[in-house]
Amino acid sequence: MSQTIRPKVAFFDFTCCEGCQLTVVDSLQRHPDLLDAVEIVQFREAMTEKGEDYAVAFIEGSCSRQSDEAALKHIRERAAVVVALGTCAHLGGVNSLKYLHPLEDVRKYVYGDKAEWYETYDVRPVEAVIKVDFAIPGCPIDRDEFIACVKALLLGKKPPIPDYPVCVDCKLRENVCLYDLGKVCLGPVTRAGCKAICPTYGQSCEACRGFISDPNDSSMRKVLAEHGLTEKDVNSLYTMFTTYQVRQKLMTDSEKPGSNS
Amino acid sequence: MTKRIDIHHVTRVEGHGNIVVNINDGVVKDCRFDVIETPRFFEAMLRGRPYLDASHITSRICGICSTGHTTASLRASENALGVELSKQTLLLRKLVFHGEILDSHLLHIYMLVVPDFLGVGSVIPLATTHRDVVLRALRMKKLAGDICAAVAGRHTHPIAMTVGGFTHFPTAAELKDLQSQLINCRTDVDATVDLCATLPWPQFERDTEYVSLTKPDEYAFIDGEIKTSDGYQLPIEKYEEVTNEYLVPHSSAKLTRHKRESLMVGALARFNNNYNQLHPRAKEAAQKLGLKPKVTNPYLNTAAQVVEIAHCVEDAINIIDQVLTRGIKFEKPAQVNLGKIGADGCMGVGACEVPRGILIHQYWIGQDGNLTGANCVIPTNQNVGNLEADMKVLVPQIMEKPVDAMRLDLEMLVRAYDPCISCSVHVMKVEKKPTS
Repeated sequence: MSQTIRPKVAFFDFTCCEGCQLTVVDSLQRHPDLLDAVEIVQFREAMTEKGEDYAVAFIEGSCSRQSDEAALKHIRERAAVVVALGTCAHLGGVNSLKYLHPLEDVRKYVYGDKAEWYETYDVRPVEAVIKVDFAIPGCPIDRDEFIACVKALLLGKKPPIPDYPVCVDCKLRENVCLYDLGKVCLGPVTRAGCKAICPTYGQSCEACRGFISDPNDSSMRKVLAEHGLTEKDVNSLYTMFTTYQVRQKLMTDSEKPGSNS
Repeated sequence: MTKRIDIHHVTRVEGHGNIVVNINDGVVKDCRFDVIETPRFFEAMLRGRPYLDASHITSRICGICSTGHTTASLRASENALGVELSKQTLLLRKLVFHGEILDSHLLHIYMLVVPDFLGVGSVIPLATTHRDVVLRALRMKKLAGDICAAVAGRHTHPIAMTVGGFTHFPTAAELKDLQSQLINCRTDVDATVDLCATLPWPQFERDTEYVSLTKPDEYAFIDGEIKTSDGYQLPIEKYEEVTNEYLVPHSSAKLTRHKRESLMVGALARFNNNYNQLHPRAKEAAQKLGLKPKVTNPYLNTAAQVVEIAHCVEDAINIIDQVLTRGIKFEKPAQVNLGKIGADGCMGVGACEVPRGILIHQYWIGQDGNLTGANCVIPTNQNVGNLEADMKVLVPQIMEKPVDAMRLDLEMLVRAYDPCISCSVHVMKVEKKPTS
């Protein structure tokens, strides 16, 4: 399949581990043909060239300082399509654990009396700063889902991100439910598409892909309580990757940022 | 002579860093490597989290060495909580660790460094001009990732590794398959050594203090003591005597120094300190590459990574032999007894040699099993001071060259360290002074 026009694609990173871009590199191991379908004009982690003309921008990482907002807006002005790549860009991710402590305390804990040297603010997902057209969820993203999303974008379609819970994926893999093994799991409220990789390898789903659009949150919390979790335990589980999403609720509870609890 | 080099965001490295060199009338005025990554604050965020979450959080410090962060994190918790590991757990931890070392070294050698020698900006054009080389790199890298995936679910952000052991186990058939692929991979290892033996590594020498872990019985990657090439050896709990982090106003990450102005960690330090424990095939590779300890050319850190590739492939083959001979068993993770923790809580240090050098995690855990404090010392931070010291010696030696050639020499030096800047958990923001 030869394309007369190869869309120009650029990759950018903000506050993140760059693991999603590495997953992109790894996905090329199985799909080197992808390089024939697009023209990568900027990918700092892997190439020296820095093209400023691109149609699709993949952004990894959260926005964690005021000065990054201008860079994000610059990208938005140039790209026809902006894709949030992975949990940090999509949801704020582990970076937003910062919300659980007063910002000043966090800065002083790491940098002591030099805290003022380092610019930071409340972490936010990319869509809190600029319009995001699509998000590819996951920490890290799933290789196959990334490939499927790129194919969809090339065809002018919406990326096929499921809106049903991880439990569906888990059943398809014929896993024994972790609740039957005496563990707990956020699979019932978390967006699928990861092939339930964590439960498959014996670990609870931690909602890295964010919640489905209509999660039965109250029942989920009730089930967790029935399995012996205190409110504090439940909040801990709910805040691994999704502190930014649940922060409003936390703020109405006792664990407000600033309460130092 | 007046020259100015300002490489904003060095490419083909992990994370964000700038090279700044200013030469006025033949005098070097500025010579810096600025780390401009956003501060991450992981240590502060770990406080209040259950100890079982710590490795899941800290693996997100770095996508390349997430298995390394997981390992250091687990060892810190295990040492704090007094958890003993089974023989099988130790073997599987080493196996997955080798997978990550291979993956990271291959990425660095083939995708980040080799393009410089072939005069291209990335690995992408090589897919057309040097297809066999690129296919070899991808083939080897896929095997490295498959090792991680078989043991821990995936390479970036491993799943099945937990305090006290694993939550999932590879089957004997999967291990046998990996082993036969590793045996076949020897040809690719040889080809990698041969390729790197032909590369014109830049000539530059600057002796420094090389720091790595060391163990009496094996080439150390996990646990052990801290050893320096200046003859010091100390337990990992005393890491602060070596890493000795300090802040400088002009730039970059928290820096480290021990007995000299700077120190170097990573493949070259491990090679220099623990050469005798390398597998014979790795020593052969070293000979072909012209490496004999002690090597003081920092550009050859990449060549030392090639030697480690040969070592890790052979050691992984041996480990799989041992696991298969013992028979792979489903083992529950070792039990943790929080009741043993006193009112003051407990503390543990975990150390391992990630691709870029010594990584330390130190945790304080309270009676409820939640972390009350954490410190993470990242190899790239330890190297930044040494990199700058190299630059200060290198720049006067190359300042007659055209600016583009100087730029390339400096960028190649930065890449030789394989910096993992996003990993630098605590870094400084740099306000660059406008240069008149």
